[in-house]
Amino acid sequence: MSEREALPGDERVRQLLMSALDGELTGRERQELESLLNADSSLRDEWDRLTRVKEVTQSMSLRKPPDEVWEDYWASVYSRLERGIAWILVSIGLIVLVSYGAWRGVEELIADAGLPWFLKGAILATTVGLVVLFVSVLREKLFVRGRDPYKEIQR
Amino acid sequence: MEIALAEERIESERALVARARSGDRRAFGELVNRYMQRAYYAALGLIGSHEDALDLSQEAFARAFRARASLDPDRPFYAWLYQIVRRLCFNFLRDRSTRRRRLDEATPWLVQEAGVRAAQSDPAKIAERAELRAMVQAAIEKLPDREREVLVLKEFEGLRYREIAELLNVPIGTVMSRLYYARKDLAEHLGEGS
Repeated sequence: MSEREALPGDERVRQLLMSALDGELTGRERQELESLLNADSSLRDEWDRLTRVKEVTQSMSLRKPPDEVWEDYWASVYSRLERGIAWILVSIGLIVLVSYGAWRGVEELIADAGLPWFLKGAILATTVGLVVLFVSVLREKLFVRGRDPYKEIQR
Repeated sequence: MEIALAEERIESERALVARARSGDRRAFGELVNRYMQRAYYAALGLIGSHEDALDLSQEAFARAFRARASLDPDRPFYAWLYQIVRRLCFNFLRDRSTRRRRLDEATPWLVQEAGVRAAQSDPAKIAERAELRAMVQAAIEKLPDREREVLVLKEFEGLRYREIAELLNVPIGTVMSRLYYARKDLAEHLGEGS
């Protein structure tokens, strides 16, 4: 409580009001609040309004869901975990397949003697550019991931 | 006796967290069963929709398992999980389309306490209380996210200031300050302001 006693006026009064409403007031603080309320009618009005709000919220609770929700809960979480692994596997497979297909395609085009040199150059530039972009994005993701304390949370 | 039970519970949770950390799904399942209700109600208080609260709380557990490498067996599991739940919920609320969907939903997420309901037999009183419940629910939904969060943790989850402060990783004074403004706003929304 000594931390609270050192607070400036308004902040101290607000904390006394909240502690009183929530039953976390000490005997000395109760006396202090009483004398403040007796000396200030606007504070007394505020106290009455806050007391009314407390009564209203105290008479309510969060709606309970049907019991079946709890029976199926872990199964639903488990399905999500399985789906997550499936997505990772599918993504890895697709990256490998698409990369291999693209590589073979580019290889054939470059080997084609009938293709003009500037088209071969454009294909090569596009391929190298895409690879550099992919590596750059991947590196950035991994770098940010390594330093972000909420990496798993905010995405 | 109570202290011994609490210590036993902490010890068993520590063991579960250590096993879950190494990829043991059965241990993680036990943690899910232990905390699913708290996670769901925390999301419900923030989102105000059963379907979304269920979806987000389950997603939080799924992400928690994927992030299990950062689990610390010496720290409470729920405090760590709650960080995931609240961020998912706040991100959800920031999404305009879901916010619109939320406003379209008519299902109440607050109910009167059973004791209050039982004490009322007069239909006029019952209707009056139902109207008040709808007003309170609407007023809480209008509160800023962080004020709403503290109000829900205090009023509907019944946590003490110290527990809320630990969960949100803020000083107790900040908890009390947010709670004050939440209640003040609520009084004004309910038409009880000056």
